Amino acid sequence: MTPGLEHFLTVGAILFCLGLTIALSKRNAIGVLMGIEIMLNAVNLTLLSFARFGVGHGPVTGQAFVVFIITVAAAEAAVALALAVSVYRNRDTIDVDKMNLLRS
Amino acid sequence: MEGFGVSLAFWILTGVTLVAALGVLASRNLLHAVLFLILLFVGMAGYFVLLSADFLAMAQVIIYVGAIAVLVLFAVLLTPRAGRNNGETRMFLPALLLCGTLLAIILFVITDTNWAVADESPSVTAADLGEALLSRWVLPFELASVLLTVALVGSIMLVRSREEEAEDAV
Repeated sequence: MTPGLEHFLTVGAILFCLGLTIALSKRNAIGVLMGIEIMLNAVNLTLLSFARFGVGHGPVTGQAFVVFIITVAAAEAAVALALAVSVYRNRDTIDVDKMNLLRS
Repeated sequence: MEGFGVSLAFWILTGVTLVAALGVLASRNLLHAVLFLILLFVGMAGYFVLLSADFLAMAQVIIYVGAIAVLVLFAVLLTPRAGRNNGETRMFLPALLLCGTLLAIILFVITDTNWAVADESPSVTAADLGEALLSRWVLPFELASVLLTVALVGSIMLVRSREEEAEDAV
């Protein structure tokens, strides 16, 4: 069976939900970040499949959006991992259950 | 989008990415989870090639596999006493339930909607994408560069230790 729009959308949906599960349930802050990266990747896949198969503004718009999403994802990963390292220096843990202080 | 090779590539990539995502979810060691994440990023680059987004496939390999994965690995290695445990909180079952419901709803919408599908979509070269980024999307493009600068400065500020700050103040 030749893969069509629905196939790519289904894979994107499954990956997004797996990423959401990881982001919601992991104990380690870096694990939560990995879930967020998976979700962003799934959204990129969905955008690109609409750009490839959909009718409308043409595929350039969808690809430009994906470029911006990758940029923002890189910035987000850098800042969030710096935050994780910073929290680790102060508390010696990055367990999200133990981050319950508003002072350092 | 036709031919046996495309179908075969799609199903292989689907298997690889889903196994990798499940590996991130299931592996108990954080380092193994990062390695599964890298596999997922590579599979995603394969999907981008299938969707005829060649430049973005390259960008995916360079940025995600090259930069973000290394960043995550460094973060794991810089937090040694925090442990390598990749376990779940008590919220695992509620999260699984919530995401299963969400997935069921999305899958229902995907199969139920009558998508307007273009038969032949024009291929996008890297030159087309660059032209669009520097003409129609030039304002978000410049904003993205400002955002990257802010993120760079911000993350350097965040990970500076107290001793370094004291040295700079003198």
